[in-house]
Amino acid sequence: MSGLTSLTLAEARAGLRTRQFSAGELARAYIAAMERARPLNAFVTETAERALDMAAKSDERLNGGIARPLDGIPIAVKDLFCTKGVLTTAASHILDGFRPPYESTVTEKLWEAGGVMLGKTNLDEFAMGSSNITSHYGAVENPWRRPGDNRPLVPGGSSGGSAAAVAAHAALAATGTDTGGSIRQPASFCGIVGLKPTYGRCSRWGVVAYASSLDHPGPLARTVEDAAIMLGAMAGHDPKDSTSAARPVPDFAAALTGGIRGLRIGVPREYRAPGMPAEIEALWERGVEWLRDAGAEPIEISLPMTKYALPAYYIIAPAEASSNLARYDGVRFGLRVPGDTLDEMYERTRAAGFGPEVRRRVLVGTYVLSAGYYDAYYLKAQRVRALIARDFAAAFEGVDCLLAPTAPSAAFAIGEKMDNPIAMYLNDLFTVPANLAGLPAISVPAGLSDDGLPLGLQVIGRAFDEETVLRVGEAIERAAGFAHRPSFVAGEG
Amino acid sequence: MALDKAAVAHIAALARIRLDEAELEPLAAELSHILDWMEQLAEVDTSNVAPMSSVAAAGLPMREDTVTDGDCREAILANAPQAAPSGPTHGPTRGPTSGPTRGFFAVPKVIE
Repeated sequence: MSGLTSLTLAEARAGLRTRQFSAGELARAYIAAMERARPLNAFVTETAERALDMAAKSDERLNGGIARPLDGIPIAVKDLFCTKGVLTTAASHILDGFRPPYESTVTEKLWEAGGVMLGKTNLDEFAMGSSNITSHYGAVENPWRRPGDNRPLVPGGSSGGSAAAVAAHAALAATGTDTGGSIRQPASFCGIVGLKPTYGRCSRWGVVAYASSLDHPGPLARTVEDAAIMLGAMAGHDPKDSTSAARPVPDFAAALTGGIRGLRIGVPREYRAPGMPAEIEALWERGVEWLRDAGAEPIEISLPMTKYALPAYYIIAPAEASSNLARYDGVRFGLRVPGDTLDEMYERTRAAGFGPEVRRRVLVGTYVLSAGYYDAYYLKAQRVRALIARDFAAAFEGVDCLLAPTAPSAAFAIGEKMDNPIAMYLNDLFTVPANLAGLPAISVPAGLSDDGLPLGLQVIGRAFDEETVLRVGEAIERAAGFAHRPSFVAGEG
Repeated sequence: MALDKAAVAHIAALARIRLDEAELEPLAAELSHILDWMEQLAEVDTSNVAPMSSVAAAGLPMREDTVTDGDCREAILANAPQAAPSGPTHGPTRGPTSGPTRGFFAVPKVIE
């Protein structure tokens, strides 16, 4: 059976249910694609045998007419989700050899729904980065290249392995986490769909913590509908995560009715940042016109605190990280570097185990939480966060969702933007505000840059209104008709 | 906010990360640069604004006061870089946590 890896998740699901092909055949096609995609370094761990076992069980259910929502769908898992008995690294040296004795809630739900686990994908170390170059397991390559230029490009980050795998047709969909843009920015860089749901929609239990008040698990997929199907399986209340929302999970795919007539679309003035590349601005304007043509009403709105989102984020996230990462002490799991005293062992283990960006953020976080600076930095940033959330709340009194670019640029080459941490942080300019406010946001591929690379547009919605976000995302998808393919496709079709 | 070498060494000690002397100067410059950039928050008037620690609904959920987990020592110790295996034949046998089926995380001596 050829062309299996070119199907969308929705198409593959239909084909499996009508028994045009088996879950085993689909799994074998994707395992072959995953192996061909090895030059991208998108996977830290491949779990082909497990995939075949899971596919066999899916085939039993599919044959028995008791198919579950994701039966037979090959899924890649960001290596930040704990998977029982399967190496889980967070792309950090400090988690060497860690095999969790438990399964994260989100992956548990995916397997309960019949999903087939292909492997664990590479990421920026502890999800800290926008390029996937901080991984202990090496950089991931974007399957896209600039036409006529053979330099490898970054896939974005931190869910870069997941995005590269889905874009290269080496996985049908993937899980990611988004703390400051880590699902949406790599989705934009790789020409796929990435959805950060509302804070509390997907359980964080069993996800290696970076910044607990900002971490959002969510899906990456090749279409908006596929992302909706994935989210439906991943979402839901979890008593094991005290911030998980006790709300029913809507049928997200059913929300894709196609109609956005009459919706009011906010266009935030302040996102027109000085120095915004002309191609980004042009794409954004095109997006506004597409939505207008589909019957929506674009309205210019103001989010006055926008410029402060990034510095507030880069105080709050490292502060939470320095606290969360205190658990890596060489005692209970992972790497240990011996020392004569307990403190010496801690210090040597953490010096050897954390890469430069993680160390930088832990040090910044420790500083802003330390005596004498806590009020000036950490509490100040939390107050600014409240104002940012207030900005959104005010905007949503007059509009149903917001439209903005996902990232200020297309993918850049591996090695670029490496010398200055702040230049790298600026990647998150348009994505960070939705994390601070906990709002759902999707990135949808909308066009190509002047040098032939994918660019995404972002739709941000009201809390727990993923349905509108998905509906508007689908309208953009339809209008953009994005049919470009990366230079490297591992799937056969 | 300019950090000097001594301040970086102090933060690193708080964070339990060993730094070489040669790393302090470049880190001081780098962290100072990042902190300078954060200073722009001072422009924002936040008087009468309460700090926001989470967007989740205020108040932690309550649950029944019952045991929901436990009896999984082997699983907990399975990933330890160094652990004294459980069973009656290993390690010292005295002490409040010892017993016929003890299992421990092993660490350098902490009590002189």
